[in-house]
Amino acid sequence: MTQIPDQTPTQPIAPGEHQNNDDPRIVSRRWMLLKLGVLLNASVAVAVAIPVVRYLLAPARRRGAYNAWVSLGSVDQFPAGETRLATYKNPFNQSWDGDTAQTACWVRRIDTTTFQVFAINCAHLGCPVRWFPQSALFMCPCHGGVYYSDGSRASGPPERGLFEYSYKVVENQLQISAGETPTLATPASNSLPVLNNKRGCGSCTG
Amino acid sequence: MHWVKQIYNWLELRLQLEAPVKDAALHPVPRNTASWWYVFGSAAFTLLLLQIVTGILLAIVYVASARDAWNSLNMLNHELPLGWFLRAMHGWGSNFMVAVVLIHMAQVFLFGAYKFPRELTWILGVFLLLMTLGMAFTGQVLRFDQDAYWGLGIGVSIAGRVPFIGGPLVHLVMGGPIIAGATLTRFFAIHVFVIPGAMLVFVALHVWMVLKLGINEWPMPGRPVRRSTYIADYHKLAHEDGFPFIPAAFWKDLIFSAAVLAAVAVCAAVFGPYGPTGQPDPTIIQTSPKPDFFFLWMFAILSYLPPSLETPFILTVPILGIAVLLALPFYAGEGEKSWHRRPVAVLVLVTVAVAWGVFTHLATFTPWSPVMNAWSGDPTPPKFVHNASPLERQGAIVFQAKQCRNCHMLGGLGGQRGPALDDVATRLTEDQLIRQVLQGGGNMPAYGKNLSPPQVTALVRFLDTLRPPHQPQATDASRAAAQLTPPTTGAAKP
Repeated sequence: MTQIPDQTPTQPIAPGEHQNNDDPRIVSRRWMLLKLGVLLNASVAVAVAIPVVRYLLAPARRRGAYNAWVSLGSVDQFPAGETRLATYKNPFNQSWDGDTAQTACWVRRIDTTTFQVFAINCAHLGCPVRWFPQSALFMCPCHGGVYYSDGSRASGPPERGLFEYSYKVVENQLQISAGETPTLATPASNSLPVLNNKRGCGSCTG
Repeated sequence: MHWVKQIYNWLELRLQLEAPVKDAALHPVPRNTASWWYVFGSAAFTLLLLQIVTGILLAIVYVASARDAWNSLNMLNHELPLGWFLRAMHGWGSNFMVAVVLIHMAQVFLFGAYKFPRELTWILGVFLLLMTLGMAFTGQVLRFDQDAYWGLGIGVSIAGRVPFIGGPLVHLVMGGPIIAGATLTRFFAIHVFVIPGAMLVFVALHVWMVLKLGINEWPMPGRPVRRSTYIADYHKLAHEDGFPFIPAAFWKDLIFSAAVLAAVAVCAAVFGPYGPTGQPDPTIIQTSPKPDFFFLWMFAILSYLPPSLETPFILTVPILGIAVLLALPFYAGEGEKSWHRRPVAVLVLVTVAVAWGVFTHLATFTPWSPVMNAWSGDPTPPKFVHNASPLERQGAIVFQAKQCRNCHMLGGLGGQRGPALDDVATRLTEDQLIRQVLQGGGNMPAYGKNLSPPQVTALVRFLDTLRPPHQPQATDASRAAAQLTPPTTGAAKP
């Protein structure tokens, strides 16, 4: 066991140092060097912080940047006059996303050429709405939002109708422009919200 | 035991911790602070330690990947010996920690402990509360099941309501365009590194200030806090009518902490771990997501807000609430500490507690949500169709088939979104029923497009029979008057 003397040894003072410590020129030079050290650290910190901030902000992209055309399959699986659940794999996905890369949506086929594709997420707080063909209503299980068959708001807390994807039919395939979770800030497609029972996406037939 | 002493001396010579630890342990505290009311802070700290230990033990096995997290939780629950118990301890420890932190906060508020010179202790405490709630929410996300997935959906929907930066904010919360792998990894980092790290620093400062400024003395009416005299007064109180913190006050902390830990263990063993519920597959939409217990009150408030108020409310009220808590010690830094002289403080505390309790209770049975399977699961009770005409029975069928039951109770079963209809015929006349069904209104969808005229007739005939015996049918007073006095031509007024 190493023995350390109980008393702190007094530091031997080099001749002349005592005098140096009092010299105002030397004191101010030490402070100047300290400030230089602080300044150097601050500038390095800023230089390091910029790439860190860029790294952290990387997921944020402008509106629609994540959208791509995704196929929901053949139009024949959607009978005219009915609303059916469809699923697709999100165009932006990673191998470790698992099931969460899958997304559901409601496809309403009005006639042979006209569709409406609604996001599954309630426009209130994003819970999955369910379609009831008997009463022709979408109901949300979370806070009681209800929508009519054309996606317009019927009752409850949502302030707008269901989010609607732009769609086109290419070689008998129904395609939608999708890729991000719809919210009020990131509506499903760059289309107008469904309001007052009018269909919002009449012009986006491909 | 000579060698123990030797080792101690060897360590002490290098660490030199004896003097500060003795100072902290033996510092005098006012005699009446050795109370069972003063045990919640130390219990919260004990629970934090429990959460750190159980959290590390779970992290040994848990896989923070959207593809595998749910499977690893099920492996913990069902395959690893006592994995379920560790999960249960962590889950129940979280519940107890939020509860104890809230009780601790209510107690120091009631005892005026936030007043001079303990303002900063309170402010750090407010941040510790927010971090505790942050841990509870992010922990619920790591339990990556259906509730976690749709709970996150609610979170990003709220972020999407922020003006101007809503879009980028939604992407930042999710780590990409959708709730997926990148979302889970960032919540894992927040839950495991960011918040706990900050919490440990804040707890250290919080406890440091308690040691340096002394435990808040028992509030006495007529002994107000004055900035000019308080520190001297407290010093006098602690030294003249006080005793050392250890053992005089500390034994109660020890016993209460042990009791809380035992309660967590008993709850964990009896009630078991939380979930995971269904797998986080967004294409499974037969789900009724619900937040964990301590967020139920928010769930209730979000349902009751009118649409036009919702965004301003969500974006301003939490910030205002936190601002009020942070401003409290500056607004009321002096004056009476005793609850006998602070009626407004007591009233505020009681109001907040009752409101919190009511909203939490409401959220346990969600009267605002349609019951999605009531139309197919809860048949119309026979007493309502007893002696009914064929048309009225047809109406009862329409009533079930068109999902009216999802929002309207009948015989105590069904949704509570709309009013119960057991006695609707005493409130609405036939004409009013027809109008309500066709046009909706008052938070009811319009069924005009979805019902044929015969269906409407049958439905309204059925609804018109729904009244308790011996209670009169709702009548249209004007119609009765019109039948009594046949219309006359011209002005008949005197």
